[in-house]
Amino acid sequence: MFKRWPIFLTLTAGLMAQLPAQADQLADIQERGTIRIAVPQDFPPFGSVGPDLKPRGLDIDTAHLIADKLGTTLVLVPVTSTNRIPFLTTGKVDLVISSLGKSAEREMVIDFSKPYAPFFLGVFGPKDMKISAPADLSGKVIGVTRGGIEDIELSKQAPEDANIKRFEDNNATIAAYLAGQTELIASGSSVMAAIADKNPERTPVMKITLKNSPNFVGLNKGETALKDRVNAIIDTARTDGTLNGVSQRWLGQPLPADM
Amino acid sequence: MAYQFDFQPVFAQGDRLLQGALFTLELTALGMLFGIGLGIVGAVVRAWRIKPFDMLFGVYVELIRNTPFIVQLFFIFFGLPALGLRMNEWQAGALAMVINLGAYSTEIIRAGIEAVPRSQLEAAAALAMSRMETFRHVVLRPALASVWPALSSQVVIVMLGSAVCSQISIEELTFAANFIQSRNFRAFETYLVTTLLYLVMAILIRQLLAWIGQRFVMRRR
Repeated sequence: MFKRWPIFLTLTAGLMAQLPAQADQLADIQERGTIRIAVPQDFPPFGSVGPDLKPRGLDIDTAHLIADKLGTTLVLVPVTSTNRIPFLTTGKVDLVISSLGKSAEREMVIDFSKPYAPFFLGVFGPKDMKISAPADLSGKVIGVTRGGIEDIELSKQAPEDANIKRFEDNNATIAAYLAGQTELIASGSSVMAAIADKNPERTPVMKITLKNSPNFVGLNKGETALKDRVNAIIDTARTDGTLNGVSQRWLGQPLPADM
Repeated sequence: MAYQFDFQPVFAQGDRLLQGALFTLELTALGMLFGIGLGIVGAVVRAWRIKPFDMLFGVYVELIRNTPFIVQLFFIFFGLPALGLRMNEWQAGALAMVINLGAYSTEIIRAGIEAVPRSQLEAAAALAMSRMETFRHVVLRPALASVWPALSSQVVIVMLGSAVCSQISIEELTFAANFIQSRNFRAFETYLVTTLLYLVMAILIRQLLAWIGQRFVMRRR
């Protein structure tokens, strides 16, 4: 037992030696030459495994973008939505780019960059239909998947005489829209991407935002240098159209003007 | 047991459930009326081999009885619009029920018609009854009388099967139950009440059909 003490001490010393280095994670990353980024692998179109068994998606593109701009090699770490924040806080990854939304509870534990991608629940419909406010939904037939946040929000915001048709799952809701059984469809922006994928000429466009919850890059608390750098990369990517391209590619929608 | 049973959130939505039950009964009534009508026509055509319609009804019966109701319903609601034939959910649901019950009752009633002994037809001819009279009194009524219990069961089955119509957003009883459950997350309570409602409805329909059978179909027996 006591023979193992030296190993234990060495390990502890090693761990302690790493702690001060965390004070500037940016310098650490640059010195290492690699950046570890947590990405989803079961949440298309943000992150999934492609036919070539490589991860792909909006979050993976964003991770590549940030790694490239930092001039480092990218190491993708697949996470789930429940363990993505622990991975960050325990130092297993440097950044979380995993369709992370901002909330007060999360802000107590981690920091957030500027938003890099939109995620919104909205009412979508054909290009030529004039709808700009919930009141315009009066008399319209809107399809929605029952029980989701979009159903709750739509039921709250739509006028009494809007004809809301509720379906069992996203596929039925999409099928009803594509078959012309509903005039509009209330859903998440990622569902529109699925339609754009299969049926480009009938892709519905955003009419009303029901709920807006964009995605942010998650960072450890107090890493100001890294945060400034990530924010600068996101700013540039927004002005030069890179983020818009990523959004178009994976969500089938342009980046909203207010983001 | 940590679960606290609370039926209040379900009863608070009682109107929605009763409205749904009413829609289920309306769909069933419509399906029964036209479905059995279609079944009588189909049964006569099939039993007497009236060409070329007997072939047509044969294909129809096999097609409907050997495919799931939900697929038939989805085909009408989601599929037919591709051919330019768009029906709203009520039309699609009612049509699917009529077509479904029509196919089953064709076979049930055909069995009844084929069970009418030839000698009775000969007796009718000997009495100089007209074709129409023969059909009404010697063929159809005894045929219906002998298969009435089976036909009643089929109507109840179709009524219960109409739960599937909730999938195309028809706001019948199952839809109401799913909707309420998605808002209050009281699955046990919501579906228990719904189950009881279906049970009551099924018993009511059975009683009603038994009464109709006694009063109108088998009255001379």
